[in-house]
Amino acid sequence: MTDAIALPAVSLRVIAPAALLAVTGFVLMLLDLLPPQRRREHMAIVGLTGVGAALVSVFLLWGSEVSGFQGMVVLDNFALFMTLVIGYATGLVLLLSIDYLQRLGMESGEFYILVLFAATGMVVMAGANDLIVVFLGLETMSLALYVLAGIFSTRIEAGEASMKYFLLGAFASGFFLYGIALIYGATGSTNLNKIGAAVAAGAARDPLLLIGFGLLLVGFGFKISSVPFHMWTADVYEGAPTSVTALIATGSKAAAFAALVRVLLEAMRPLQAEWAWLFWGLAVLSMTLGNVVAIAQQNLKRMLAYSSIAHVGYMLVGIVAGGALGNGGVLFYLLVYTFTTAGAFGVILLLERGGEEAVRIGDTAGLAARHPLAALALSVFLLSLVGIPPTAGFVGKFYLFGAAVRSGYIWLAVIGVLNSAVAAYYYLRVIVSMYMREPEGTPTVLAPSFAGALALVVALWGVIQLGIMPAPIFDLAQSAVLPLLR
Amino acid sequence: MRAILSAVTFLPVLGAALIFLLPRRREGLVKVTALGTSLMTFAVSVPLYTRFDASLSDYQFVEQRAWMPTLGVSYHLGVDGISLLLVLLTTFLMPLVLLSSWRSIERRWKEFAITMLLLETGMLGVFVALDLFLFYIFWEAMLIPMYLIIGIWGGPNRVYAAVKFILYTLAGSLLMLVAILALYFLHGAATGAYTFDLPVLVRYVLPAGRAQNLMFLAFALAFAIKVPMWPFHTWLPDAHTEAPTPGSVILAGVLLKMGTYGFLRFCLPLFPQATMTFAPWMFWLAVIGIIYGAWVSTAQADMKKLVAYSSVSHLGFVVLGLFTLNPQGMVGAIIQMVNHGLSTGALFLIVGMLYERRHTRLIADFGGLWSVVPALSALFLIVTFSSIGLPGLNGFVGEFLILVGAFQVHRPAAVLATSGIIFAAVYLLWMYQRVIFGEVTHEENRRLPDLSLREWVILVPVLVFIVWIGVYPVAFTGKTEASVQALISQVQTKAAATAAMASR
Repeated sequence: MTDAIALPAVSLRVIAPAALLAVTGFVLMLLDLLPPQRRREHMAIVGLTGVGAALVSVFLLWGSEVSGFQGMVVLDNFALFMTLVIGYATGLVLLLSIDYLQRLGMESGEFYILVLFAATGMVVMAGANDLIVVFLGLETMSLALYVLAGIFSTRIEAGEASMKYFLLGAFASGFFLYGIALIYGATGSTNLNKIGAAVAAGAARDPLLLIGFGLLLVGFGFKISSVPFHMWTADVYEGAPTSVTALIATGSKAAAFAALVRVLLEAMRPLQAEWAWLFWGLAVLSMTLGNVVAIAQQNLKRMLAYSSIAHVGYMLVGIVAGGALGNGGVLFYLLVYTFTTAGAFGVILLLERGGEEAVRIGDTAGLAARHPLAALALSVFLLSLVGIPPTAGFVGKFYLFGAAVRSGYIWLAVIGVLNSAVAAYYYLRVIVSMYMREPEGTPTVLAPSFAGALALVVALWGVIQLGIMPAPIFDLAQSAVLPLLR
Repeated sequence: MRAILSAVTFLPVLGAALIFLLPRRREGLVKVTALGTSLMTFAVSVPLYTRFDASLSDYQFVEQRAWMPTLGVSYHLGVDGISLLLVLLTTFLMPLVLLSSWRSIERRWKEFAITMLLLETGMLGVFVALDLFLFYIFWEAMLIPMYLIIGIWGGPNRVYAAVKFILYTLAGSLLMLVAILALYFLHGAATGAYTFDLPVLVRYVLPAGRAQNLMFLAFALAFAIKVPMWPFHTWLPDAHTEAPTPGSVILAGVLLKMGTYGFLRFCLPLFPQATMTFAPWMFWLAVIGIIYGAWVSTAQADMKKLVAYSSVSHLGFVVLGLFTLNPQGMVGAIIQMVNHGLSTGALFLIVGMLYERRHTRLIADFGGLWSVVPALSALFLIVTFSSIGLPGLNGFVGEFLILVGAFQVHRPAAVLATSGIIFAAVYLLWMYQRVIFGEVTHEENRRLPDLSLREWVILVPVLVFIVWIGVYPVAFTGKTEASVQALISQVQTKAAATAAMASR
C-alpha cells in the first residue's frame, strides 16, 4: 500500500497579485531572448500589463480575508492596499524608464525583468504573515534592487551605489535573520500570530525575545532608511539611475513599512507601550536629521534622499500614534508619498543639460520660462512634499499629526510641524530656482517622452485627487488596518 | 442665488483657468480677461452687501455640503457682519490692483494674472470658510501665490523677502494646525461629535487652564505673525519693499487683515477664558507696535518702507480694539481694518505711480512735486490725511472708536496709543512735505506727467470710500454691530461658564 504523496493544499488565490507579477517576470525573461534585440519597449509594455493585472486583481480580491501556506501568507485588505501602492510605484517607474533608458543608451531587458521581480518581492512582503516569508520577500526585492542600482555599469557612482547598498543591505539582512533566529528560540515559532500569542502569554520578559525584536527592527530601520540606519540612502539615491531611485524611494519603502506594521501589530502588540517610545525617538531623529541635512544639498537626488528620511520620520509618527487613524494614516501617506516622489523624480529624470542628466538645483534655473508645464508639475510635487494644501501631502500629514494629537503625543506633532516648516525652505529653494532665477550657461531642456509625460499625468492626478477628495481612499486605508487591530 | 458665496469665491479660479488656456502672446487679451474676471467677482459680491440683513447676528448666505463625512469636515461657507466688509474689500481692491499692474508688471503677465486670481480665491476663502479644515486649506494655499508674486515680480532682493515671508507665516500656521487638531479631538472626546465645523465648536465650553491657554497661544501666534504684531513683524518691511506695487497693495490691503480677522473669528469665541487672561499682554504688544512702528517709520528714507512700518503701527490699533471686548472698540477695529486696506492700499498705489515715473522710491529723490503733478499731489494729500486719521475721512472713525473702547478697559494703554496718532501725523506729513512741497530739487522731476486716465480710474473709487466712510460711517458700522454684540455676549457667557466649571 503506497500513500499518495500528500500535497499541501496550495491556494493560489492567496498569492494572486504576487504570482501575477512573478509570472510577468518569467514571461519577460523569455521575451528577452526573442527579437527584436535592438528595441525593448515591448518588454516595458508587457511589464506594465502585468502590473495592471495585479492592480485589477486588487480590486477583484478586495475584502478577502484568507490565509494560505499553513498561515505563512495572508491576503487581507491590508496586503491588498499595500499591493495597490506597490503597483502604482512599479507602474510609474516602468513608464518613466522607457525613454530614460534609451536616452542614456542603457536599455536592456534585464532592467524590466528585475523591476518586476523586485515588485514581486515587495508584494510578498505585504502579505507575509511569517518572518521567514518576510525575509523571502525582502531578499527577492533587495537582490533585484542591488543590481538595478548599479545597472549603469559604466558610471563610477553606479558602482559605489550598488556596492554600498549591497554591503549595508547584507548586514541588515544578517541582523534581520539573527533576530528571526532569536525570536524563534524564545517563542518556538516564526509565525506572527503565534509569536504574538507567546508574547501575550508572558514571553515578553525573555531577554532573548527582546534582543530578537531589537535586531529585527534594525533590519527594518535599514530598509525604511530611518535614522540612525540611513547612511546608505543619499549615496544610493544619487548613484542609482533616477527611475530606480524612484522605485527604492517608493515601492521598497512601502513594502518595508507594510511588513513592519504587520509585525508590530500582530507579533509585538502587547509591547506597544515600549516600542511606541522607541519609534518616538526614531521619528524625531529621522525628521530632524533628514530635514536639516537636506538643506545643505545641492544635488536634487541627494536632497530628495534626505527628504525621504524626513518623510519616514513623519510616517513613524503615525506608527507611534497607533490605532486605525495612525496606521491608516501611514498607509494613506505611503500612497501619497508614492505619487509625489515618483512624480518629483519623474520630472528630474526628464531634465537634460548638454547631453548630461541635470540633477543639480542650479540646473533648474529658469526652467519655468522655457518649460512652464514641467516646472508647474515639479512645483506641485514639491508643494505636496512640503504639505501645502490643496495637495495630497497636506492631507497625509494632517492624518498623521492628527493621529498623534489624538493619542496624546502633542509634542511629537509639534516637532513634526516645525520640521515641515524647516522642510519648506529647501523644497521652495527649487521653486525659487525654477521661477525666480535666470539660467547660466547651457540651458536645461526637457527630454521628450510620451511615456514619461503619461507617468507625470498619473502622478499629478494622484496628488490632486488625494488632496481634494481624500475621504474615500482614506476610509479604505483605515478599513485595511482594522483587521490587524482586532 | 443660493450659492452666491461659492460663486464669489471661485469665480477668480474660473478666470485663472480661462487665462491658462489663452496663448501667451495675446497679452492684451490676458489683461482684459483678468480685469473682467475681477470686475465680475466684485459685481457678484455686491448683493452680499445689499441683501445682508444687518439686524441678524447669524451667518448669512450659508452653504453647507458634506465633504469628508467620516472626519467631520464639511464645505461650510457663510458671512456675518465681521467678515462681510472684508470680503467686499477684497473684491473691491482686486480690479484696482490689476489695473495698477497694467504697466508696472513687465513680464510674464499671463502667470501674473493667474497667480493674482488664485490669490483672490484664497483670500476670499479665508474670510468665508466656516469649517476649520476648510479655513486652514485656504489660509495655507494662499501663501503660495503671494510667495510667487513677491519672488517673481519683486525687487532686487525679492527671493530673500519671499522666502522670509513664507517661512515666517508657515511656522506660525503649522502650530495652529496642531491646535486645530487638539481642539477637534478635545471636542470630540467631550461631546462624541467629531467635527471641524466652527459654529458647533464655538458652542463647546473648554475648561480653563493650560490646554486652553496653549491652544490660544498657537492660534494667536499664527495670527500675530500675519497681522504682524510686534515683535513678529520683521518679515513685513522686507516683503513690502521687495513686492511689486500690486503685491504690496494686496498684502497691506487684505492679507494683513487675515490676522486680525483670525483673532476675531477664532481666538475670541473659541478660547474666551484665555482671551481674557492674555488681553493685557495683547494690549501692551499692540501699544508697543503702535509706537515702535511710528518711530521707525519716521526714520525711513524709502517711501515704501515708511508705509510698510506705518502698517505695523496702524494694525496695532486694530489689535488694541479687538481685545477691548466692548462694542466700540471692536466695531472700530473692524472699520479700521477696512480703512487701513483703503488708505494704505492707496498710499502704496501712489508710491507705485511715483516709482513708475522715476524708478526710485527714496524721499530724497523727490521734492516740489506740487508744481509738476498737482492732481497726483492733491489725491496724495487726501490719502495721507485719511491715513493720519483726520476727522471727516475714514481713518478718524476707526481710531476714535478704538480709543473710546480702549479707554474703558485699559487707560494707560489707551493714553500711550493715542500718541501713535500724533506720531502718524509726524511721519506722514513730514514725508509728504519733503516729497511734494518746496522747490523742485531734481531736474528729472520737472517733466513728470500727471495722472493718466487709468490712474484716475484707480484712485477715485478708493477716495470715494475714504470720504463715504468718513462722513457716513453708519452705512458700514451698521452692518457689523449685531454680529459684534453677539460675539461679545458669546465670549462673556462662555467665559462665565468656564469660570463656573472651574469653581465647581
